[in-house]
Amino acid sequence: MSLEAETGGEPAMTHVLSRRNILSAAMGVAGAAVVERASADSLADVPERGPGNPLTATSERSEFVHIARLPESTPGIRHVDPSRAINSKAPLDKLVGTITPADLHYERSHAGVPEIDPAKHRLLVHGMVQKNLVLTMDDILAMPSISRIAFLECTGNGWENWKSAPSDVTVQNTHGLISTNEWTGVPLSFLVDLVGVDPASTWMLAEGGDGSAVARSIPLTDEILSEGILAHGQNGEPLRPAHGFPLRLFLPGFEGNLNIKWLRRLKFGTRPFMTRWETARYTQLQADGSARQFQLHQDVNSVITSPSGMMEIRLGYTRITGLAWSGHGRIVRVEISTDGAKTWRDAVISAPALPKAQTRFQADWVWDGAPTKIVSRSTDEKGNVQPDRASFIAARNTNALFHKKKIDAAGKVRNVLA
Amino acid sequence: MSWPKALSLGALALVFATGASAYDFGRPATQAEIKLWDIDVSPDGTGLPEGRGDVARGRDVYNDNCAACHGDKGQGGFADRLQGGQGSLASDHPVKTVGSFWPYATTLFDYVRRAMPYPEPQSLSDDDTYAVVAYILNMNGIIPANATIDRSTLPSVKMPNRDGFVPDEEFRVIHNSRQK
Ligand code: HEC
Repeated sequence: MSLEAETGGEPAMTHVLSRRNILSAAMGVAGAAVVERASADSLADVPERGPGNPLTATSERSEFVHIARLPESTPGIRHVDPSRAINSKAPLDKLVGTITPADLHYERSHAGVPEIDPAKHRLLVHGMVQKNLVLTMDDILAMPSISRIAFLECTGNGWENWKSAPSDVTVQNTHGLISTNEWTGVPLSFLVDLVGVDPASTWMLAEGGDGSAVARSIPLTDEILSEGILAHGQNGEPLRPAHGFPLRLFLPGFEGNLNIKWLRRLKFGTRPFMTRWETARYTQLQADGSARQFQLHQDVNSVITSPSGMMEIRLGYTRITGLAWSGHGRIVRVEISTDGAKTWRDAVISAPALPKAQTRFQADWVWDGAPTKIVSRSTDEKGNVQPDRASFIAARNTNALFHKKKIDAAGKVRNVLA
Repeated sequence: MSWPKALSLGALALVFATGASAYDFGRPATQAEIKLWDIDVSPDGTGLPEGRGDVARGRDVYNDNCAACHGDKGQGGFADRLQGGQGSLASDHPVKTVGSFWPYATTLFDYVRRAMPYPEPQSLSDDDTYAVVAYILNMNGIIPANATIDRSTLPSVKMPNRDGFVPDEEFRVIHNSRQK
């Protein structure tokens, strides 16, 4: 931190560059996945070609790429032993495109990650149905399947910024509880028809096979009935244990906790079952002491992933990029401001901008060396606009999901509240 | 609600359209095995088992199985605080516990039975689950020290924050096109 004071107010590029290496070495952080800058100044210095390593059954990342999730505990408790972690965040600042590799997909679990033998896994479907059924994974894999690219986001994503904005965090710390995968599985509607769910049933309890038997009541709206998936695959392979192997519920656009992992029971009824996770947890306390319940859609949001917290930029051209998403549909517009939300211009949205999927945006920017704040604002196809922090707090009290970055004169980027 | 109506409503039409019927996949679940897994308890008491437990017995169950993580009398352990916080929800430092925040006593039974004690969920007998639930309610001043609870009395225990929740408009009444 003393280095920060030392460089403050010195906009000359040479200073920025000369401090770069000292800073990343001292603080152990760097913005991009590829840590080392190329040192070859002449093509003659590029290493010779030659035979490479043997081919392998699964391929590892390059030894030059340092990219990993970050196990964390509750807000503000960031450096924890993984055995005490309750979530593990995706490295948004180091990801490109929109698809999250399965091993880097964020994770939130309530009683660890069970290792389930699919041969012994069963799904019980009962309650207001014509046929109470026990299904094996073979049964489920034999059913018709669909695939869909969609985001999954923890209800608590952004919690590092709810009350205050620590300046020493990355976008992985603040927004790493969201990822986008291609999910493959049986349409919920197929199962509903198969067991003959009573049309009078309006709620379904979904329960997991983890140690705390996480259970949520799912409202049987047309949106959920037509888009819900009993997923057994992610990004072209069977689910990873952390994401619910062998079977999970996937409800595009709905809060992460509803997407029950290690799914082993579906029960149909007419009222919410009022489990701990929809009463004591995943409800939002208001200023007057009451709590909002069943706030199930993930709202429109966006975050600049580069430049972002703990990165450094150079004078001149910088490419701003980030991710936008909405649980209500497709992202149709992203605006960015490089002067602290005084003026805005449109960013370019990269195709494909899929409904309920993370969407990449980019914008050119020439930084003049003056300290500033950069911020993004997204709009979805239903016309929902990402609110600023003041209106968000006015509407929702304790939360704050609007994310801004402060850039000091030395080009150091820090997380701040809008 | 009646089955003939269900049959006429397109539910089966889709099944026929795919050529599949229920028993092409899976097998019927027997009532006995459903009972084994059907552990959820609703606010009206549906799902509560036979049995009973009192506060005194609950104190022993708690000290033997819960205190190591949740602390003596539900406070001061590394895991969630289970006691206190009443009157704090509208303050700058809300303390959300079973006593101050949870709307239904039945949810406490449901959760303790399905998830606690953390290292060995579903290991307590139903009587001991009733007892430890009684003790937690008592440590929050919700039921008296001489109380016994069972499937008929638990649903009528009124939690202090029973009316503290406002469901989102969208999910208050559920409509879908499968309904008539
Ligand atoms: C090994 C430690 C451990 C033991 C033993 C344990 N618990 Fe827990 N308990 C936890 C943890 C950790 C959580 C939080 C789990 C989560 O958030 O998903 C928890 C959560 C709870 C909650 C929910 C609190 C809230 O406000 O959401 C209740 C109630 C509870 N435990 C009751 C009990 C009871 C009763 C026992 C004994 C029968 C018990 N616990 C034994 C670790 C423990």
